[in-house]
Amino acid sequence: MANKISARNINFYYGSHQALFDNNLDIAEHAITAVIGPSGCGKSTHLRIYNRIYELYRDQRVTGSLFIDGVDVLNEKVDVLELRRKVGMIFQKPTPFPMSVFDNVAYPLRLHYRLSRSEIADKVEEALRGASLWEEVKDKLKSSGLALSGGQQQRLCIARAIAASPEVLLMDEPTSAIDPVATLKIEELMVELKKRFTIVIVTHNMQQAARISDFTAFFYKGRIVEFGDTEKIFTNPDEKQTEEYITGRFG
Amino acid sequence: MNKLRTISQDNAFRLLCLLAAGIAGVLMLGFMVQLAVDSSAAWREFGLGFIFSSEWDPWSNRYGALPSIVGTLITTVIALVVALPLAFAAALFLTDAPPWLSQIIGNAIDLLAAIPSVIYGMWGLFVLAPIMQDYVQPFLIDDLGLGRIPFVGEYYMGFGLFTAGLILALMILPYMAAIMRDVFAMTPQVLREAAYGIGCTRWETAKDIVLKYGIRGLLGGVFIGLGRALGETMAVLFVVGNIMDMPQTLSDGGTTIASTLANNFSEADGLQRSALMALGIILFAMSFLIQIISHYYLSATKSKRGEAK
Repeated sequence: MANKISARNINFYYGSHQALFDNNLDIAEHAITAVIGPSGCGKSTHLRIYNRIYELYRDQRVTGSLFIDGVDVLNEKVDVLELRRKVGMIFQKPTPFPMSVFDNVAYPLRLHYRLSRSEIADKVEEALRGASLWEEVKDKLKSSGLALSGGQQQRLCIARAIAASPEVLLMDEPTSAIDPVATLKIEELMVELKKRFTIVIVTHNMQQAARISDFTAFFYKGRIVEFGDTEKIFTNPDEKQTEEYITGRFG
Repeated sequence: MNKLRTISQDNAFRLLCLLAAGIAGVLMLGFMVQLAVDSSAAWREFGLGFIFSSEWDPWSNRYGALPSIVGTLITTVIALVVALPLAFAAALFLTDAPPWLSQIIGNAIDLLAAIPSVIYGMWGLFVLAPIMQDYVQPFLIDDLGLGRIPFVGEYYMGFGLFTAGLILALMILPYMAAIMRDVFAMTPQVLREAAYGIGCTRWETAKDIVLKYGIRGLLGGVFIGLGRALGETMAVLFVVGNIMDMPQTLSDGGTTIASTLANNFSEADGLQRSALMALGIILFAMSFLIQIISHYYLSATKSKRGEAK
């Protein structure tokens, strides 16, 4: 399988505090790669480099290279707006915008493309169907996105993220604020979505990583301790630390 | 052995606090009653027509409030139109700038609020008005051709309603900027990240997400600024022209309720004094209304902040 993303020698700093050390990671295309590890190990930090969202904060900086389709996107010449269209992000808490369900999904379309009204309507429906939300919201497209349930809000955010035809989806603990039934729905959705997108998910939930991911990276104290097929990581890891974490002896 | 403390002392303390708090309410009522009593002669004489009459003639003892009301509204609207985008941009900058810079500029803006209004007035008369007359008005009216638009006016006097509105804009800017800064700071960081995450620019995040999220708080800020602009007296007095006729254009001299009161009170008696009291009641009612609206919007924002937590 081809690699969509390759992180090379990534070091990351919050001010003078170094949070990531020499991260090297290859993310396979059209697969789900899970990033696991105890709290504060740098999983989210690592993910937040992929769409350069860390740049919003002045004291955060990164060294190394991050290749997406062979282009080093950490290069300043790369158009960060286009990068973020190509690499969508889902957050821990649902983040619907203070606007209608329809506009939540139409908004990124209007940002990135010049489309007619009917084209937008078509693409909104397509995205909502893609996020398995269409049947539930088709009669309340005009009501506020904030009025949906937590699980629905998160799927709305997924619809919003896939509307502008990205290639990569970053998910930062997307189900940790959501009830088990809604979580299951989102997991099924992710397995569906990997046919069209490359997915990287940060998760605290090891069962979740085992259930849905193809590859797993285990982070500890800012380093990637082990990376490989999910099955191998969970059944026969090479590193002792990985085994201890997976069997719940620490973390 | 004598007791050091008794519960009756505590009750006395409580009563004292109640009295202190009660003064505010009593004063408020007192103002209303006093204004109502003193203006009753004017209301009896002119009725509601007082509000719609543009006559102000001490010789024949005929008085009307319309020029003052219109002047108040025009200067306030100009102030809002000018201050609103400035305050919005300043607040946006303050939330986004590096902390040290934001601190310096934030303090500078706060200091604007500490300048006594009479200073604004003198500055307006001696500095701003000549600049308006020599450069700004010729540029706006002739070079940009705005003079052809009805009600803009085609001559430049320096002072007048437009200049007064500009001074007011500067005076309400710090209040509006401070409230807007708080509103922006209230937007959850993860919501901003979500906006940047789909490829928004700073401007798009501000106008589409932050503004929509905090719209009620922003409206509250606008109304606070509005309330201040309505009642401002000294600064306006210096530059508005104090002309009791109905203004025809924005470049005309005019008057506002507050400056009419300040200008005429010392020599007024009888019906004129009563008419001024009636103007006072109108201003009181306008400010009161705006206070209520701004409280309504601001408290709604606060409860929203509670929810978000």
